[in-house]
Amino acid sequence: MLDPAILFPSLLNGLTTGAVYALIALGLTLIYGVLHIINFAHGAALMMALYGVYFLHEKLGIDPYLSLPIMVPVMFAAGYGTYRGVIGRASHGKDENILLITLGLSIILENAALYFWNSDTRSIETPYTLSMVNVFGASISLPKVVAFGGALATTVILLLIIGKTDLGRAIRACAKERQGAKLVGINVDHVFAMSFGIGLACLGAAACFLLPAYYVNPQVGNGFVLIAFTIVVLGGMGSFVGALLGGFLIGIVESLGGLMLGESLGQIGIFVIFIAVLLFRPQGLFGAKA
Amino acid sequence: MRSLALIALLVLVVALLPLFVTSGFALNFVIMVLYATLLGQAWNILGGFGGQFSFGHAVFFGTGAYAMSVLQIKLGFNAWLALPCAIALGGLVGTALGALSFRYGLKGSYFALVTLAFAEVFRILANTFEFTGAGVGLQLPLQESAANLQFATKTGYLYTALALCTISLLVAWWLKHSRYGAWLTAVRDNEDSAAALGVNAFRVKLIAITISGALMASGGAFYVQMYRYIDPHIAYGSSISVEALLAAIIGGMGTIFGPLLGAAVLHLLSELTRNYIANAPGVSLIIYGALLVLIIMFMPRGIAGLFERKR
Amino acid sequence: MLAANNLAISFGGLKAVSDVSLTVPAGKITALIGPNGAGKSTLFGLVSGFLKPDRGSVVLEGRDITGIKPHIVCRLGMTRTFQIVQPFAQQTVRENIAVGAHLHLANRKAALAAAEEVAARVGLTDQLDKLAASLTIAGRKRLELARALATRPKLILLDEVLAGLNPQEVGEMIPVLRGIRDSGVTVFMIEHVMQAVMNLAEYVWVIAQGQLIAEGLPNAVTSDERVIEAYLGHGTAARLREKGATHG
Repeated sequence: MLDPAILFPSLLNGLTTGAVYALIALGLTLIYGVLHIINFAHGAALMMALYGVYFLHEKLGIDPYLSLPIMVPVMFAAGYGTYRGVIGRASHGKDENILLITLGLSIILENAALYFWNSDTRSIETPYTLSMVNVFGASISLPKVVAFGGALATTVILLLIIGKTDLGRAIRACAKERQGAKLVGINVDHVFAMSFGIGLACLGAAACFLLPAYYVNPQVGNGFVLIAFTIVVLGGMGSFVGALLGGFLIGIVESLGGLMLGESLGQIGIFVIFIAVLLFRPQGLFGAKA
Repeated sequence: MRSLALIALLVLVVALLPLFVTSGFALNFVIMVLYATLLGQAWNILGGFGGQFSFGHAVFFGTGAYAMSVLQIKLGFNAWLALPCAIALGGLVGTALGALSFRYGLKGSYFALVTLAFAEVFRILANTFEFTGAGVGLQLPLQESAANLQFATKTGYLYTALALCTISLLVAWWLKHSRYGAWLTAVRDNEDSAAALGVNAFRVKLIAITISGALMASGGAFYVQMYRYIDPHIAYGSSISVEALLAAIIGGMGTIFGPLLGAAVLHLLSELTRNYIANAPGVSLIIYGALLVLIIMFMPRGIAGLFERKR
Repeated sequence: MLAANNLAISFGGLKAVSDVSLTVPAGKITALIGPNGAGKSTLFGLVSGFLKPDRGSVVLEGRDITGIKPHIVCRLGMTRTFQIVQPFAQQTVRENIAVGAHLHLANRKAALAAAEEVAARVGLTDQLDKLAASLTIAGRKRLELARALATRPKLILLDEVLAGLNPQEVGEMIPVLRGIRDSGVTVFMIEHVMQAVMNLAEYVWVIAQGQLIAEGLPNAVTSDERVIEAYLGHGTAARLREKGATHG
């Protein structure tokens, strides 16, 4: 079973799957790093974005990759609006409240999707859905390779935004010292909303890269949520590079785990890592010590 | 003492119900509310009184359900013997989970996430092993008789649910009127201050999660006796976890009757939506989700908070 | 009663407390003073079990309690209050104090009754049924004190219990603190309010930049040059002396 001919494709598969996971985790880690809230609605938001990409393709014939300029701003606006309208108002300063609010939002979104679009699993077909690419002798599906590239690109873009722009500076300030940022005149609510928006915009991008290689149904978010959290915690809350590398690692663990333990048990490796990290190294691989 | 009187009144009313109400539908409604109250109260002990929000309470429910099933089906236990075993196992899982989490100081979001992760792990395990029936689940053979804790009519289940629910209400009452309860809420409100006043926070939280796990497991055991079927998704899925916390939060965390109010409101809403809005999957839950958001935003003390004296 | 021996702790590269030794005598009111950031609260933390020292030991009534958890330290008879008050916000004053009373009383009714008694001692009787979150800062400070008293400590550590109070409120608290001492409880307080220190303290230690720089009777300590310099800056003592000389 440790035959390189089997191991190598499994590793590559894990890497590319992990890239998609990373895309999902990037937004989550930004939201946590800045707002210090665990966005339980992240999975549901991804699900909605996936439906968005799906319907853009089915009703308007737009190719998923070409949907990027539509999905990203729409998700950004949704995130900004949700923060300003609901989350920002509701916290009353308590961490637990936001946890529950995002949980409530995820329940609403998931069941709204169930009601409007029923529980059918849907996927799209494009000319390249089934294309394969040859990477060092292993055959990997093309959409997954594109997703890999997309994850890298998104990470770089995020790093640039946070590191080089004025907004990024404001975000870093608010993340480090909320009160102080207020005192120097930064509109903290606005910055938080922007961050939440960017976090969701990442999901918009993730959906565009994900749908060609995957599928959508109202429950799909659930499957990704815990994995995304695992990656965020593993990579270190607030670290983009951590989320990227964490994504790769988790993808590989899942792939190899599936190889050695079978489909069903394979995922357990992920959660065991999750629990272990939470208990023994909560700051993750790249995060700052709380 | 007023609360005790209220609990006694509740027991009396429900116990006498079958004499006046014969509609299977109505009796089922009451059973469901009692059952939901039990789940909500179990969550409330740890979440409302203890301040540790669990998002994976299904981990205890499923343990109770599977214990109940496996002991009866594979080991031939009588239901009445399996019940305390299931409850004890639920408590044990609580102790283990708590020992691990609290020892490493997990709080708030991290704790919520860890409970979710454990529920998932248990679900995957239950889905894998033969002795839990893997993906197919377990079916309890039909053996209607009180000796087997299975009943031909709703009345038997009504009294069972009533008994378990009453126990949970009494536990909550005890928390409000005991030293341990004072310690628990102190740890919830400010762990450092509590420690400075001599409270062993770790032990206090551990006891809370054990009691909570045991109660939740009793809910799982009851479910199995009533529906005679369990599978990994029902046992460890998120809907049970959500149902428990919804009832407690909407009704009022940290109160005795909060979970009861929450359970009643949720089930009433469910009936109303089914009849007047749409009989489709998901509609009730949309409303539940909205209710959760609204309650946290505008009425964080829940419905019970409306009845508390303004101070 | 309480002895700190060569206590030291560092956070990162910062030596918060270095080589501090002092002995708190039983039955008296004593004070720890020093400029902001000197390490006073850190010392309290070390002594009460909230922080583990890098070096040194803490001995309470002859028993080594270094590094023992706070709740056990409390059971051994030493209770502390916090500089930034931490009430159980959503509970009433009575319920708050009762938590402290429960250390020795298992019965709920008894604890609630004891809470009333303690509230009377600090002047909180008319606020017993109010939510802790609704109290003024003066009220919260009294609550902090009352909670600690309810544990029937032998030694009480008060961390700036008078901070944020106006002179009248301070004046009201001074006899309360004296009353606590008179009832047999040893009081060791961190204080900035000099009015109280001069009025109450029977012995004073001065800490600056993590080190003990002076100790003695209040009058002696406050005219000690090193102390003046620690508060007001290098060279101040000399300048003040000169001023005193020219003005005669």
